[in-house]
Amino acid sequence: MTDKSVFFVNGNKLPWKEGLVVADALKMTNYTFKMLVIKMNGELIKRENWQTTPIPENADIKVIHLISGG
Amino acid sequence: MISREEYFSKRDPSAFPFWQKATVGIAGAGGLGSNIAFSLARAGIGTLIIADYDIVTLENLNRQQYTIAQIGKLKVEALAENIQSFNPFINLVLHPVKITPANFNAIFGTTDLLLEALDEAEQKEMLISCWTSNYPNKHLIVASGLAGYGKNESIHTEHYGFLHLVGDMKSELNAEISPVATRVAVVANMQANLALELLSETKGM
Repeated sequence: MTDKSVFFVNGNKLPWKEGLVVADALKMTNYTFKMLVIKMNGELIKRENWQTTPIPENADIKVIHLISGG
Repeated sequence: MISREEYFSKRDPSAFPFWQKATVGIAGAGGLGSNIAFSLARAGIGTLIIADYDIVTLENLNRQQYTIAQIGKLKVEALAENIQSFNPFINLVLHPVKITPANFNAIFGTTDLLLEALDEAEQKEMLISCWTSNYPNKHLIVASGLAGYGKNESIHTEHYGFLHLVGDMKSELNAEISPVATRVAVVANMQANLALELLSETKGM
């Protein structure tokens, strides 16, 4: 890993390494909300693909909380 | 008898024609959905597609646009009745069903833009997943965080491409305490307000 290898979660810079998947981003940021929507580089990543979708270097990930009430 | 021309007088010529030809979906007809529907109908959206399987109950009247006489009625039917009492020139398409991935396209396939007005976070996630995979280039406006009262400053909008969120993004509902009329209506009308803006900007929709 070089100094430059990073990715972003809601604007926060995190160290990137080969083999990271989307689910790891949640662990690294300690997000615990049950209902989340994850967008990576503008694309929605479905829940069933969180464990298998790799995070590319410099990825821009948005974690969006969904809260009940309507 | 009021004519269509009389009814729609003094409308903004730069936006109103786009609203008139728009088809807008509303998923849910509770606190959010009934308020969204009222405002969009008054603004002059041409067609509203509204889906909700629920009936009106006494507990709904603290924040939803229904009357005591409508308790026990299907919400979509009561809502249509109330809307038509002030706007007889709107086209309403009603679906008294629970929205699922299986019926999603049949209900909302023709909409230009969708507003999420469901209760449970799980349903909100399902709706986002269905909409985004089927219509990645159409706008979806979701509500998230509207419990309590006051705290005007915390309610805001976040944009993620074609996905938009309105709310305070943090206030969780207590199962024993229902949302309050003012804050639900603020979020609902911010959703509706954004819908009007997006529809007037995407000319040719």
